[in-house]
Amino acid sequence: MGKTIAEKIFAAHLRDEPFPGTKVLNLDRVLCHEITTPVAIADLEARGKDRIFDPDKIKAVIDHVTPSKDSKTALQAKMLRDWARRHQIKDFFDIGHNGVCHAIFPEKGYIRPGFTVIMGDSHTCTHGAFGAFAAGVGTTDLEVGILKGVCAFREPATIRVNLTGTLPQGVYAKDAILFIIGQVGVNGATDRVLEFQGPIIDAMSMDARMTLCNMAIEAGATCGICMPDMTTVNYLWPFIQGEFKSKEAALEEYRKWISDDDAVYDKVLDFDLSTLEPQVTYDYKPDCVKSVGEMAGTKVDQIYIGTCTNGRIEDLRVVAAILKGRKIAETVRGIVSPATPKIFSDALAEGIIQIFMEAGFCVTNPTCGACLGMSNGVLAEGEVCASTSNRNFRGRMGKGGMVHLMSPATAAATAIKGVITDARTL
Amino acid sequence: MKKTFGGPAIFLDRSDINTDEIIPAKYLTEVTKEALKPYILEDLKLDGFDPKGEKLKKARVVVSRENFGCGSSREHAPWVFEVNDVHTIIAQSYARIFRQNTFNGGMLAIELPKADLDRLFALEKEGEVTISVDLDGQKVTAVAGGKTETFSFEISPFDKALVQAGGWVEFADARY
Repeated sequence: MGKTIAEKIFAAHLRDEPFPGTKVLNLDRVLCHEITTPVAIADLEARGKDRIFDPDKIKAVIDHVTPSKDSKTALQAKMLRDWARRHQIKDFFDIGHNGVCHAIFPEKGYIRPGFTVIMGDSHTCTHGAFGAFAAGVGTTDLEVGILKGVCAFREPATIRVNLTGTLPQGVYAKDAILFIIGQVGVNGATDRVLEFQGPIIDAMSMDARMTLCNMAIEAGATCGICMPDMTTVNYLWPFIQGEFKSKEAALEEYRKWISDDDAVYDKVLDFDLSTLEPQVTYDYKPDCVKSVGEMAGTKVDQIYIGTCTNGRIEDLRVVAAILKGRKIAETVRGIVSPATPKIFSDALAEGIIQIFMEAGFCVTNPTCGACLGMSNGVLAEGEVCASTSNRNFRGRMGKGGMVHLMSPATAAATAIKGVITDARTL
Repeated sequence: MKKTFGGPAIFLDRSDINTDEIIPAKYLTEVTKEALKPYILEDLKLDGFDPKGEKLKKARVVVSRENFGCGSSREHAPWVFEVNDVHTIIAQSYARIFRQNTFNGGMLAIELPKADLDRLFALEKEGEVTISVDLDGQKVTAVAGGKTETFSFEISPFDKALVQAGGWVEFADARY
């Protein structure tokens, strides 16, 4: 009987099976940010166990509130910073070098096919784009990960999602994943891995695959995952060229993780996306999804472009192509947060930042920012935001605020018109 | 810290109650569990529910529906229950991370099938519901207005071991 990619990764990392059905895995990466890690650090100190399992496998970033906005967030940043220094974690990214965790860690080449990755952040599923098993966990799992380099999971069954056809012009990975969540439901993939396959995935860039996998958690999934292929190898090549004599050799090595043809799935879902429309959420759950046409005309107050879902360079390019030579509506505020310093810098070099500024956008530093209403860009009561982020929960971007999730293209068109707009109609 | 299971129950009759409703992100700037205490369920909008009310203050058990605790990985969600002395959650199902976080903290996330949960919710009409939990026997007993209902529940041996050990740090530290 064949195995899925997740089953292969589990088998290769199995440390212990304390009880039937519970797999304790060795971890290749334990990723940390300043919101969920400090309590783990404090607890380890209180237990007299202020140690880490491996300074090279632990990576840390200050990203949620940066620059710090008050004494409390300054303390969180300081706790992470002091801890990273104390334990000689060399891959620690502080202000000036920091970016959104799920954008900066892949960008640095830290995530490889076949890896096991945890982070105290639900959108850790993003890293499955590289053919890794990557799961968001809480602070206690993170704490044990930091101390022992292990994490316990129920072996997740896999739902295979085949995306066939070709995505129409103006329809993106974000639309695909919103559609899938709408079909699967917010708990349709709980305790499952969502494995994405098919010609649409084959044609996707790594940026697009990260957008896709990023929102797997919104269907309840433990991880979203794509098969490693030449696109993966090309992205990683600057970081792995010392390990392999050619890209083909790297691909040959990574192919061992790919799900077998006779792998057993919990469920197989086939979606032909050839006629998919851009998707927009309504209400307060990410599975409340409609075609943009049905939502067109909805007035918004703020546009937010960025986040671990859609703050990468390809996203900014799409938005800039639409904004170029245009101004955003006088009735809206536009905020863009390039997800990492490299993305910011590339966007500057390509003239994208200038286009955003001329259109009337505020360009912030790389940060999680407005997405979860923790630092900048918080909504007032009754306000509506068109956002490229991943959650539209009640109060997510500020108490009494409403969030409509959409692709960067739809957000750009909405910024120009001041109401939800299909970018293809501009 | 020793956990106490059972006590007066509060009923949150909705599915998909998410972690932003349980503890809004703006309070994630706290670095101690205790500091979260006043903000429990602050953003939950539900008929008859008052996050500042006496009923929640007295509650030691939260009963809800499907996919409880979905959304963010923040362990602040089970922590805000913990520091308010709610160490038992009963629901039809949970989001994976919330469920694991709850057991990792040595607390109980009990799953009951829908039919049992409907009976438990119906009991609320009889008056204040008090719940007791027999972890070894895997039984929940609910009493209200002289009426008693008993339910059996399933719990994985690992989750049970976590509760008995006091949490995942204790379990892992002893074993790895």
